[in-house]
Amino acid sequence: MLVAETATEITTRPFGRVPYFAETPHKGKNETCKKAARRVTEETRWVMMVGYIRDNQDQKAFAELFGHFAPRVKSFLMKSGADAGMAEECAQEVMATLWHKAHLFDPTRASVATWVFTIARNKRIDMLRKQRRPEPDELTWGPEAEPDAAEVVEIQQESVRLAAALAELPEKQRDLVQKAFFGDLSHSEIAEETGLPLGTIKSRIRLALERLRHAMK
Amino acid sequence: MDNINHHLTDQLLLSYAAGTLPEAFSLVLATHISMCDECRARLGAFETVGGAMLEASVDNATEVDLASTLKLIAGGPKDPILVKPLAQKRESRVFPQALTNYVGGDLASVKWRSVGMGVRQSILKTSGEATVRLLHIPAGCAVPDHGHRGLELTLVLQGAFRDETDRFARGDIEVANEDMEHTPVAEEGMDCICLAATDAPLRFNGIVPRIAQPFLRI
Repeated sequence: MLVAETATEITTRPFGRVPYFAETPHKGKNETCKKAARRVTEETRWVMMVGYIRDNQDQKAFAELFGHFAPRVKSFLMKSGADAGMAEECAQEVMATLWHKAHLFDPTRASVATWVFTIARNKRIDMLRKQRRPEPDELTWGPEAEPDAAEVVEIQQESVRLAAALAELPEKQRDLVQKAFFGDLSHSEIAEETGLPLGTIKSRIRLALERLRHAMK
Repeated sequence: MDNINHHLTDQLLLSYAAGTLPEAFSLVLATHISMCDECRARLGAFETVGGAMLEASVDNATEVDLASTLKLIAGGPKDPILVKPLAQKRESRVFPQALTNYVGGDLASVKWRSVGMGVRQSILKTSGEATVRLLHIPAGCAVPDHGHRGLELTLVLQGAFRDETDRFARGDIEVANEDMEHTPVAEEGMDCICLAATDAPLRFNGIVPRIAQPFLRI
């Protein structure tokens, strides 16, 4: 099982057969499509880089991921109330965790950005709030299982589409979502109905879980 | 899989995804999600929102020291890296692993204390903003009528209970807020084990339980 090989295959495969790109021939939307395509290519590239770290302890791949994610993690932590020194220390630890846990990343269930977010979130709970983070039990593939390339691409696409949908939310709502993730809102301050456009991504992950259950039987 | 009818709210899932819930609530969520694929998928969606927030939190002036990070990596992992365990047969256990970590074992390892009227509890150690306990309610018995000052989550791990709103069986979670006065009654046939978290002391409506409250820490 080589994520690296799988990922190479992904980047060279045409996106035309994937409905999202096939369905949008409108001239005015062409730029948006190209932008989305670039984003998906970028997302799948990060997946490939994590695979290189896992299989070859590839420092060049790490440096590339670091250049993109480390500053984001640091500013995320600073927006969450960490001072610059603490945010630097946490960001370094988050990126070190990415290196050490590369084998635990499952690209059929999350994008690299989402995975890095969960590592950063847990580090924030650990270092800033000094608490434990109870995690749900892991669902695991059998030892022989291999991520399916099409599933990997689909989940990366969903992430990109969700990000685009979030960017189009009314500013007030987007602001609230950001505040919730930066830790500025308590659970009682978050609306009962969040109104976030999560339908597709939820069903995509659900599908992945069902396949996982099936694989375990 | 358990047949689960009562799920988590978006509000709670978003807070758990954001990592802002008190530890006691997080434990109840982690335990429910371990049993519920529906909520696991919804959590995945909220975490994807978190990923998008991270991706968007770009600030050109921010830099992180790569050389120091590489040194950190060379020093080896800070915590032992767990190799993903193979899927276990979960049917034989009452508690998911998330809860076992806090109890120190499965149901048989719980150190119960009586709280009167046949009901027993075991308070689990978490950070102070909220409390979480296991409750053992004998079949057919009621938990004393109580209202809430804050938020209360009750997750059924064994047996079932009914209250004024509905029936709750293994895997079901009841989210109760301050408007709710209820009297959960364990169903006949099997003792009911619940995991319950609250961010305020429960308010019992009889005089005796109210006096006992400070001593029982409920």
